[in-house]
Amino acid sequence: MQNSEIFINALRFIVLVLLQVLILNHINFFGFVNPYVYILFILVFPLNGNQSLLILLSFLLGLTIDIFGDSGGVHAAACVFVAYLRPLILKFSFGISYEYNTVKISKVSLTERLVYVSLMVLLHHLVLFGLEIFSLSHILLILKSTLFSGIFSILLILCTLLLFSRKS
Amino acid sequence: MQQIIFFFIRNKNFLLFGLLFLIALTLTVRTHSFHKSKFVSSSNLVSGTIYSIKNDITTYFGLKKENQKLVDENKRLRALLESYKANSVATNGDSILPSKYSFLTARVINNNYSKTKNNLTIDKGLKDSLQIDLGVITTKGVVGIINSVSSNYATVQSILNTKSQINAKLKNSEHFGTLVWNTKDPNVVQLIDVPRLAIVAVGDTIVTGGKSTIFPKGILIGSIKNIILKEGENYYDLDVQLFNDMTNLENVYIIENQDAQEILALEKEVEDAEQ
Repeated sequence: MQNSEIFINALRFIVLVLLQVLILNHINFFGFVNPYVYILFILVFPLNGNQSLLILLSFLLGLTIDIFGDSGGVHAAACVFVAYLRPLILKFSFGISYEYNTVKISKVSLTERLVYVSLMVLLHHLVLFGLEIFSLSHILLILKSTLFSGIFSILLILCTLLLFSRKS
Repeated sequence: MQQIIFFFIRNKNFLLFGLLFLIALTLTVRTHSFHKSKFVSSSNLVSGTIYSIKNDITTYFGLKKENQKLVDENKRLRALLESYKANSVATNGDSILPSKYSFLTARVINNNYSKTKNNLTIDKGLKDSLQIDLGVITTKGVVGIINSVSSNYATVQSILNTKSQINAKLKNSEHFGTLVWNTKDPNVVQLIDVPRLAIVAVGDTIVTGGKSTIFPKGILIGSIKNIILKEGENYYDLDVQLFNDMTNLENVYIIENQDAQEILALEKEVEDAEQ
């Protein structure tokens, strides 16, 4: 990675964490629905970047959110999980073009982008709520939270991507 | 040997993932037990500072309501004081003994109520002689119990936390039960295991039981909203509407029981003797 890229990613990390803990954690739409937009960091991490580094950074990202939210290690676990599965999901949603390193998230078609974002967000939320609630008797609550928060997060993430995509 | 090294290099991502996932799981499981939850908590310096900066800004928006609450409490305390003065001639003597409870004030700088395990952060810590296991209340009722302390901040396990179990009783009798939360509504908690013999009615007041060293007896909690008695059960489950609005907390009081150490030491002695 080049210096500017490191700087941009560090800045993104800090801004997303602050945005999440100061604003988005307190939205409580319908009483329980909060969007988790900070995983945008994992989504837009350079596609040809070092996978081990991404896993490590995701752990730190999740842990920071956990520290602010007093939630133990649930965000860290969910983040590490999606960071590890990211290459698989990339391959699934972008197909052959990913393997030739020609994918740019700002340039792929809307469907492909939607599939990629949705898969990542839903997997993350499922692990997150599964660990947070941690009981099979509340499986409906887990699924309900995953679905509602997931839809909210996906919408916000797609909007943010549109807002910050550079035109070339 | 070479094989082993190659194995590690080939699977380094998976091993890293496994290791970090395991650490995260351990942290999660640790928070499920009350006294071990200090490792990762928002009472540390960085997050505490950020939350208090945020609170300094947002606190202005609720200033009017908060003033009203404090004025109301002053009014109530003044009325109590007057009635006390009026009766003091009749009851001089042991009523002047110093109270064994001391009170501290703090501000809530971070509040959660939408998760299943909610915690609050307050702006007092070790420097103000806070410690784990002190009770936290507002003018209207119980908030929770301190579960982690750093030098300047502390976190409070809210009553809106599936791990919380607080001893509570009916105001007009001595029948007691355990206060838990079923995660459904941030203003309704459940009082379970109330004996069937107790006379309960919708609207009755629930107060703390004073059976533990954390809360004194008779701190307000809420009023009965709904009574459930299952077929063939000997215990009531009661839905309790909280007097506190848990979604809107600003100034809280921390209760310190001066005799807690003595009581706990005594109870431990007895328990050890029985084993």
